[in-house]
Amino acid sequence: MSALSTDHGDHDHAHTGIEEDVELSYYAQRAQAMESLIIEKGMCTAEEIQRMVDTMRRRSPTDGARVVAHAWSDAEFKARLLADAVPALLELGYTLPENTPKVTVVENTDVVHHMVVCTLCSCYPRALLGTPPDWFKSLAYRSRAVVDPRGVMKEFGLNLGNDIEVRVMDSTGPDTRFLVLPRRPAGTEGFSEEELANLVTRDSMIGVTDALSPQPAPAAD
Amino acid sequence: MATASTPARFGKGQRVKVRVGTPPTHFRTPEYIQSKTGVVVALFGSYRNPESLGHGGDGLPMQPLYLVEFDQNHLWENYQGPDRDTLQIEVFENWLEPEIA
Repeated sequence: MSALSTDHGDHDHAHTGIEEDVELSYYAQRAQAMESLIIEKGMCTAEEIQRMVDTMRRRSPTDGARVVAHAWSDAEFKARLLADAVPALLELGYTLPENTPKVTVVENTDVVHHMVVCTLCSCYPRALLGTPPDWFKSLAYRSRAVVDPRGVMKEFGLNLGNDIEVRVMDSTGPDTRFLVLPRRPAGTEGFSEEELANLVTRDSMIGVTDALSPQPAPAAD
Repeated sequence: MATASTPARFGKGQRVKVRVGTPPTHFRTPEYIQSKTGVVVALFGSYRNPESLGHGGDGLPMQPLYLVEFDQNHLWENYQGPDRDTLQIEVFENWLEPEIA
């Protein structure tokens, strides 16, 4: 019992040890049952499932930010990315796993601001952003993003003027996921791609915010 | 693999109306766009129909899939925003009909 003792010195209230697994939820049980069936029927192997899970877990908003920073720095790349994202992503070494949706990049400008939602489920450009945040999958976001996108953006701290068209992208299709190319922040002339990438947040690539503004240089005395 | 598909019926810029229905299948046309009129902005290709795929079918014939744009103030009563605000969504062709003026 020593390794799993609940007496661990720094606090003394009683609580359960960590030997019990939490009972699986209904949906977790269902997912597990489906995985077993898929493997038993020979549709794919446990290793293939694990490899795909690992691939997706390795992707994070850092990947999307790298793509955005490169597009900000190279106008020709940006044009290729907007026209047909998949081959453009390949130039940067990003391959999309087989049988996963493609990516379509939509550009935010001074005229139009895109914001992405999947009202039916949780479609998300996982190949470039990793797993979606919980709020993206919430009923509140999925319903309010289409009815009141400007109100949702205000809650994320973004107030857009009425001179900008807000264009909601509701991702319901089988084969493409939308990634927002945010506006390049002012005051970033001469920034390296690495410096630019640090300004590109996950939320700005969903479109609920803009990219970060650069920290002003400390005032010279 | 047989991938018969119907030729795309609508072109870019064409006005289309979304059919109304709640079939007992895995349909992916949210009710908020049903009965609404929008404009085709892109054809994304043809894909197996989820309403058949989701129930063990082969999803054939493949259905053209469009990106359709709607005006927000047409979709929602009392929309809080300027008239220029829009929404784009992917819609399978079997849910679309030409707009009858």
